[in-house]
Amino acid sequence: MAKVLMKGNEAIAEAAIQAGCRYFFGYPITPQNEIPAYMAKMLPKVGGCFLQAESEISAINMVYGAAGAGARVMTSSSSPGISLKQEGISYIVGAELPCLIVNIVRGGPGLGGIQPAQSDYFQAVKGGGHGDYHMVVLAPSSIQEMVDLVTDGFDIADKYRNPVMILGDGMLGQMMEPVEFREKKTILPEKPWATTGNKEGKPRNIINSLFIDPQGLEDHVLKLYKKYDEMKENEVRVECYNCEDAEIIIAAYGTMARIAKNVIQMAEEQGIKIGLIRPITLWPFPVDTFKKWADSHHVKAFLSLEMSMGQMVEDIRLSVDGAKPVHFYGRTGGMVPTPKAILEEIKKIREGI
Amino acid sequence: MAKVFEKPKALTDKPFHYCPGCTHGIVHCLVAEAIDELGIREKTVGVAPVGCAVFAYDYFNCDMHEAAHGRAPAVATGIKRVLPDNVVFTYQGDGDLASIGAAEIVHAANRGERLTTIFINNAIYGMTGGQMAPTSLVGQVTTTSPYGRSADTEGHPIRVSEMLATLEGVAYIERVSVHDIKNINRAKKAIKKAFEIQLEGKGFALVEVLSTCPTNWGMTPIEALRWLETNMIPYYPLGVKKEVE
Amino acid sequence: MAHEVIISGFGGQGVMSLGQLLTYAGMLEGKNVSWLPSYGPEMRGGTANCSVIITDELVGSPIVTEATAVIAMNLPSLEKFEKTILAEGLLIINSSLVDSKTTRDDIDVIYIPANEIADELGNNRVANMVMLGAYLEKTRVVSPDSIIESLREVLGHSKEHLVPVNQEALKRGAQLVKNKG
Repeated sequence: MAKVLMKGNEAIAEAAIQAGCRYFFGYPITPQNEIPAYMAKMLPKVGGCFLQAESEISAINMVYGAAGAGARVMTSSSSPGISLKQEGISYIVGAELPCLIVNIVRGGPGLGGIQPAQSDYFQAVKGGGHGDYHMVVLAPSSIQEMVDLVTDGFDIADKYRNPVMILGDGMLGQMMEPVEFREKKTILPEKPWATTGNKEGKPRNIINSLFIDPQGLEDHVLKLYKKYDEMKENEVRVECYNCEDAEIIIAAYGTMARIAKNVIQMAEEQGIKIGLIRPITLWPFPVDTFKKWADSHHVKAFLSLEMSMGQMVEDIRLSVDGAKPVHFYGRTGGMVPTPKAILEEIKKIREGI
Repeated sequence: MAKVFEKPKALTDKPFHYCPGCTHGIVHCLVAEAIDELGIREKTVGVAPVGCAVFAYDYFNCDMHEAAHGRAPAVATGIKRVLPDNVVFTYQGDGDLASIGAAEIVHAANRGERLTTIFINNAIYGMTGGQMAPTSLVGQVTTTSPYGRSADTEGHPIRVSEMLATLEGVAYIERVSVHDIKNINRAKKAIKKAFEIQLEGKGFALVEVLSTCPTNWGMTPIEALRWLETNMIPYYPLGVKKEVE
Repeated sequence: MAHEVIISGFGGQGVMSLGQLLTYAGMLEGKNVSWLPSYGPEMRGGTANCSVIITDELVGSPIVTEATAVIAMNLPSLEKFEKTILAEGLLIINSSLVDSKTTRDDIDVIYIPANEIADELGNNRVANMVMLGAYLEKTRVVSPDSIIESLREVLGHSKEHLVPVNQEALKRGAQLVKNKG
């Protein structure tokens, strides 16, 4: 198929529809409003249902209901709205239901701002809601990747019966890039567990996250963690760029990874060899990739680049485990680091080596 | 010998966990009978609340969802939008529906979601141990209104049925009680009607059932039934609040 | 070379669509492109701007902090973005609405009375296309034909009749640059 020029938010919505998503529940919030608008326009044309809920809380609970009824369903929001959805996300995980949740991140805390940020990293990868749980968190860095990860995200959610989150930011949501929708036949899996009505003689289907007996709950959580182990085994995605013979490796995801590539080019022109590790799954985190490069003699240090006060840097430090120094540089509140400032930071690190 | 009573098919064999004298059991039975009589058990999906009826998914013999506190109408909306030909009902208490889930019920009703809601109003939080509910009467003593509910500081009890009846999306709302046989029979009719309204696709239907909580009211079951009749019904008048043709 | 352009003006001056057409045309010509709008409250009646990158290399950051060109449709835009232009970069000013001159002496400046020309053409909404015509003539980033092809895509059948006036506006903008040699 030919390339089309699309906004990130619209591309997400179109990709979801092409992936067979027919149900969308959401609530307005900037900078993700193009997603519900696109869904409101397009879903009725394909026999689907768009519903603007009374709140993000209701929206995620509608997703919970629709997912339990067997639908391929999604919601999208931005940081403050995602905070409101945390209760529902925890229930969806607990009840083992698949769905896709998109967070087009803006600056926080509180009402914060509306410009792009990456300050919801902790919330996305460390839980967010209550209880022991994880979800696969996908961090696209181009519009094309957004499209591809939406499709894969639904499949991963179905495979494990666990929600999947796409973590974008205001810039990726608002910008336009050429994108190609690859012809891919969507096969929706059978969902014999869905509550579609209890036919005589068949066991009842119950969607539930309540386990009043502690042993029962522990068993349930252990079962969830078996799935998380499988996700760690199967779902890690990472891009390594220019890492061979790099002296400093930048770690960055999403928008920051794009900027990192500019920095690498600028550094190269000045004879400085910089590499990039770009986690595509923020959870499961590409621990082994970091370990591997931390063990190479030519790598002297890591630098985590974030649009936050330093969140992913903690996971990098855990992965590198003291083998090499891990530095951090970031801006927050909607400020985006410039390649120039980052290069200055790199030069400072080199002086210290 | 002629059989005069049979356990509804829409109830499981699991014994209720409800306290002695609690009227949840009666209402469960009425809901199940209505489902049986309409022959809709195989296509019914129920949504249980958080509250005393949290285990409703163990009792209703149909596919069930357990919802977060107050969110049953949103969950039910999600289910019904995916499965418009199925019958979806929520079963919610007064804390669940009228307090933490006030937004969800108002908007589901206003959208005219084809849902049936069974709303148990016993003027108190049961499961958490007798706290004040939005429907607790003025002067009613609870663990969180130990000097009696004050209208000045806690506001007046919410008449949910009357409030929701003002919404255009609502097709049918009736308030009933289960404190005696005559009223139980009326309640049965109302509940069945609330399912029929959904089957006819007319809009949102809700039955508010005045109920007792002997344990947390600190009364015997008989005293509780009398208390309901003398104190609750005058404030919460029974009858149809809205019905569209 | 990489073309990194900021297009800025009032909401309603067609700043966003100018940027999108340019980006679209770049894509049609097989280049790597990105378009990034300003968004949020500043869009409601204030200044709107977008950043466009057209390059043969990869597009990293879609933000333009060092512009090869700025197209300023009004005074606030000139004041805000004049300083972001690289030395020997290009500044195109809509002289119909901007009385001031640039303070920079290390860049190439073109003054285009875009609104007056658009009015002459009988459609004041094509002022943006006059500016674009001048920009294309000066930089040759993409061909005007690609712009028109993009315009047809964006407008669709129902607004096909608007193509000729847009085409004319592009030509008039280009002509002004040519005349100035």
